[in-house]
Amino acid sequence: MTVEEYLYYIILPILAVSVLLVFCRFVIGPKIADRVVALDLLITVGITIIAVYSIVYDQSTFLDIALILGLIAFLSTVAFSYYLEKRNKTKLEEEKRKQKP
Amino acid sequence: MTDALIIILSSLGAIFILLAAVGFLRMPDTYLRISVTTKAVTLGVGLILVSAAIYFDDLSVTSRVLAIILFIILTAPVGAHLIGRASYFLGVKMWDKSVMDELEGKYKKFSHKLDSGDDLRDDEEKEEKEKD
Repeated sequence: MTVEEYLYYIILPILAVSVLLVFCRFVIGPKIADRVVALDLLITVGITIIAVYSIVYDQSTFLDIALILGLIAFLSTVAFSYYLEKRNKTKLEEEKRKQKP
Repeated sequence: MTDALIIILSSLGAIFILLAAVGFLRMPDTYLRISVTTKAVTLGVGLILVSAAIYFDDLSVTSRVLAIILFIILTAPVGAHLIGRASYFLGVKMWDKSVMDELEGKYKKFSHKLDSGDDLRDDEEKEEKEKD
């Protein structure tokens, strides 16, 4: 069994199962924070799948896309948490304004 | 020799990622889930990327891999802290069996400043009261 076959028949199925498990949490996720973390995790596991594919097909150029996906994952997490916090703040301020008069 | 190294590293990485995914599904609480994703997945991704670097044995690939690993190690804790902070402000409940919440009552409600004192009113509220 060569390295490529090992990666293709053993490592990729393990990663696929873990993506499925994370996706279950993405669907269930009781709170929106769970979904944001699940999205981040899905992209991070996607980076590893790209790395494994780049070994299997002997194409090192795929790693560039992994780099960009890493950047996007971080940006999306930061943006989501920023806007969640901001939305919560505006909600609180509206309630406060209603109570005053 | 390199084949054995690649197989060992990629197996370890895949096992770490699988365990992290199981933990992410099974953990009872948002904060525990966040802590699972930041640590185990970062290690798993790093190991599999290192195995890619060993396979290609090329300076350009190795530098790219190092850049990805460094970036993930730097950004994973920052993102986890931000989303954990946001979910704390959203009022996500902790697990029933959690022993204590040390941050309880220490964040100001509107300005989200951290304060250990007893006075939890915001500065703006204080100013408004002084005007009245």
